[in-house]
Amino acid sequence: MATTERLTSGGVGDAVLRKEDRKFVTGEGRYVDDLKLPGMLHAAFVRSSFGHAKINSIDASAALAMPGVHAVLTNATLPVETGVLSASNPGGDVRHPEQAILAKEFARYVGEPVAMVIADNRYLARDAADAVQVDYDPVPVVVDAEKALEPGAPLVHAEYDSNLVKTLAHVTDGFADALAKAPKKISLRVVNQRVTPMPMETRGCIGDWSNSTGEVTLYTSTQVAHFVRTFVSIVCGTSEAKVRVVTPDVGGGFGAKLNTYREEFAVCAASKVVGRPVKWIEDRTENAVATIHGRDQVQYYEAGVDENGKILALKFDAVQNNGAYNQLLTPSISHLTLFMVPGCYDIQDVSITIRQVFTNTTPTDASRGAGRPEATHGIERLMDAIADDLGIDAAEVRRRNFIKADQFPYTSATGLAYDSGEYHETLEVALELSEYAGFEARRAEAAKRGKYRGIGLSTYVEVCGLAPSAVTAALGIGAPGWEHSTVRLHPTGKATVITGTSPHGQGHATSWSQITQTELGIPFDDVEVIHGDTAFQPYGLGTYGSRSLAVGGIALYRSLGKVREKARELAAHLLECSIDDLEWTGTSWQVKGSPDRAKTIQELAYAGWASASLPEGIEPVLEATTFHDPPNFTFPFGTHVCEVEIDQATGHVEVVNYTAVDDCGNVITPMIVDGQVHGGIIQGLGQALFEETVYSEDGHMLTPTLVEYLVPSAADVPPMTLHRTTTPSTSNPMGVKGIGEAGTIAASSAIVNAAVDALSVIGVRHLEMPMQPSRIWNVMQEATS
Amino acid sequence: MIPSTLEYTKATSLDEALAAVKAGARPLAGGMSLMPMMRLRLAAPGAVVDLGGVPELVGICEDGDEIAVGAMTTHRSVANDPLIREHCHVVAQAAAGVGSMTIRNRGTIGGSLAHADPHGDLPAAILAAGGAVIVRGSGGERRIDVGDLITSYLTTSLAEDELITQVRLPKGAGQSAYAKFHRRAIDWSIIGVGVSIGADGVRAAATGVGDHPTRLTGFESVLNAGGSLEDAIAKAGEGLSPLGDLDGSTEYKLHLVGVLAAQAHAEASSR
Repeated sequence: MATTERLTSGGVGDAVLRKEDRKFVTGEGRYVDDLKLPGMLHAAFVRSSFGHAKINSIDASAALAMPGVHAVLTNATLPVETGVLSASNPGGDVRHPEQAILAKEFARYVGEPVAMVIADNRYLARDAADAVQVDYDPVPVVVDAEKALEPGAPLVHAEYDSNLVKTLAHVTDGFADALAKAPKKISLRVVNQRVTPMPMETRGCIGDWSNSTGEVTLYTSTQVAHFVRTFVSIVCGTSEAKVRVVTPDVGGGFGAKLNTYREEFAVCAASKVVGRPVKWIEDRTENAVATIHGRDQVQYYEAGVDENGKILALKFDAVQNNGAYNQLLTPSISHLTLFMVPGCYDIQDVSITIRQVFTNTTPTDASRGAGRPEATHGIERLMDAIADDLGIDAAEVRRRNFIKADQFPYTSATGLAYDSGEYHETLEVALELSEYAGFEARRAEAAKRGKYRGIGLSTYVEVCGLAPSAVTAALGIGAPGWEHSTVRLHPTGKATVITGTSPHGQGHATSWSQITQTELGIPFDDVEVIHGDTAFQPYGLGTYGSRSLAVGGIALYRSLGKVREKARELAAHLLECSIDDLEWTGTSWQVKGSPDRAKTIQELAYAGWASASLPEGIEPVLEATTFHDPPNFTFPFGTHVCEVEIDQATGHVEVVNYTAVDDCGNVITPMIVDGQVHGGIIQGLGQALFEETVYSEDGHMLTPTLVEYLVPSAADVPPMTLHRTTTPSTSNPMGVKGIGEAGTIAASSAIVNAAVDALSVIGVRHLEMPMQPSRIWNVMQEATS
Repeated sequence: MIPSTLEYTKATSLDEALAAVKAGARPLAGGMSLMPMMRLRLAAPGAVVDLGGVPELVGICEDGDEIAVGAMTTHRSVANDPLIREHCHVVAQAAAGVGSMTIRNRGTIGGSLAHADPHGDLPAAILAAGGAVIVRGSGGERRIDVGDLITSYLTTSLAEDELITQVRLPKGAGQSAYAKFHRRAIDWSIIGVGVSIGADGVRAAATGVGDHPTRLTGFESVLNAGGSLEDAIAKAGEGLSPLGDLDGSTEYKLHLVGVLAAQAHAEASSR
């Protein structure tokens, strides 16, 4: 289904090529590091080399003596009003310790910024940072979240009596009864390991503070420019109206840039001190410790099931490692896990407890999927465990538990209103495409070659389109979930679309142009999309959580509708008829049945600008703005089927076949949907096979470079077969849902389930990630000894 | 990932390069190992001399019963060279599997040996083939067997003012092959084993098993005494104790030595 050429005109659903790609593939993208401002200086950070240490003193004299060094700033001298702020307080009473911009008395994880050096160039800044002497007293460290909850564990924040951040809980009234009555109980412990989002472009920012006007411009690689603006004004103590945040091209985020970071505030404050722009570009090893990590959740499942494998009650207890501090949304990430614990299954009774914990590690937050991959991976492992225990086929146990098509709209046991779904259909299509029925012959053939072959399923639903603002408020998130759009028609009939979404690889310029062509008749190539600059947008909530199309796209759709209706009034005036006499042709308003009496949208754009004759009460110019607050989330779903072969000699796991059937509702740009699914699967494969952020017990980062932290390369990508079913969302007028995270959410469990199935012939019933060869070999040794 | 300040010069002749090295500059070959180390500040030479402009260090030719390979010849050239592929397949095969294509286009055979990474493929492959290097310094030119070149972790027996100028590969290495195991296609070998079966018997050498590439003497002696392959594999890890790390335990790595020795031996035998 991959699209290789531009086939059709450029409207919704057409197989167009991405209009932004020419710039990127020819090296003409402009990222933060490409920007050079007059007089710009460069920052480097002195970071803690200890997992937990008291800072006795900082001696910057040697650094300050180096020619070209302008300043060394510490907690005592950096001019800020407050520390990093979290916008997340689910259920209230979340512990939010102070996260000073530069560490105050203690450093609580390796990589925590302790001091900041400003110098003429980046090399000198780094040399000077190495010359800053920090006197530390190491204190006890805890990196494992379960150990951090044990009595007597070292306290990450001495002002609290434990390392507990918050306990999230949700129990249905009938749970205890339902579990007690269940004839069979099946338990499973699942570890969802710590990973790093790892965008290709690391973070980077330039702060440019004018001491004469108090205005500050921050160029930063972010997914959420307006959040950053609001927080810079608070942290740095200036009017929000004086802060401009610009995001040039952004080379990937995966959740890492859905945040506000110490360095973004620090470059602004430092610029105020030195009176010149200050740039900081994160290097790759810095990224490994200074940018948020994701996941790190240990789950305990207990399912009460009947003889047919139907789940009657589900208990889920988890421990979530939040790291040393709460970042922007940290406490809300496992809250998303809570909501998705039942997955795509009709489970009426649940008991969910998630304990969030501080440890001496880099803070965790949103990493592609954000809380939902954790839920999906666990429940999909559990479904296989149930199938295994009861001797039922893995597909059949899912059929028996699915929410059925006639149950929609469906209210889940955690309170979400799933708007639509056809879970049985995607499963059957995926089984057919993957030749599930004929698998045993392939297992037998592989065994002759010294390979254990297995097949695994993942049937998922996710929650996208974040989010109805009343819901975000109720969930303790200090930000709304609406999105902005403005559509502006120029006298020449071209269109500018201003969106509050903040693409960092997603291709909004393309998809938004297609929507504009279809809804307003302005050709694809005549549409320009502006994003990521707070000077242009009233406010935008940004791009994350597969929300851009389902919220921002709908905001655009509504603005286009407003412009079209204004154009209709203008057309009626010019054609001297009633608006009810007009029909929309797709590119013009015409008198019904009279093609010779029509005004194209371009003619109307000119007439609206020229304003020679406007209907009464109509202002000049065809332009409209919308702030769209979604009434509900969207719920994409699908079935992924994976086949692996495991080398009996080495334990090497190879994905030999992968089939994905996804339902993201109506599709705007087929190639972008395919690309998101491909990339998502590869990221899920990374977690299943390669990726793990590892700390030693004393808090040192053992995976600081890409030699230790293994991201899949092109050569590690398996053959993939993609297919779609289409069940339009009923929560929005375009019937769209979102596809940015689906692949990642589905892939890890499909791959692990396949590997467990492969080793089931030697009695293996569970595997943890990443499934590196040494781990698999050890499991095989134990199973066969 | 920001290297310290350094002086850079590019030599245009071997004499110029040797003079710079004598003056204390660190030789820079393809830069595929030294550059990352400098970026990580694991290496901070005050000066480097780029050998990329020295024509006499590049090229492959027949020289009696040996193949002479210029130290600055890239992995890609080694991998594709018909002479090496025919007479010393183990080395061509190892070169073909180093890193990614980008790395093979820049990384060099001499650089790989001089860098002496304990997980490098070329040193083990050349050791299995029975190769040597020609080095030159202020004391003149000398020849060192590859087995005597790498002494420990990132350390060679080269004098401070010496450069590897040539690698000598025997044409009589016989049938040979290289087998490696790594996690992703572009990764370092966790373990790699080269095997050659020549007139003098079987030679085998492994990388990843210690601080330098090591002959698998247990494996060799069983086969050279007419023992079975099965017995040889059982002895492949004899005397070795690779360190356990994120890639696997000592036990797992020793197991891999046997698996890869068998694989390389089977492939060499079938050539």
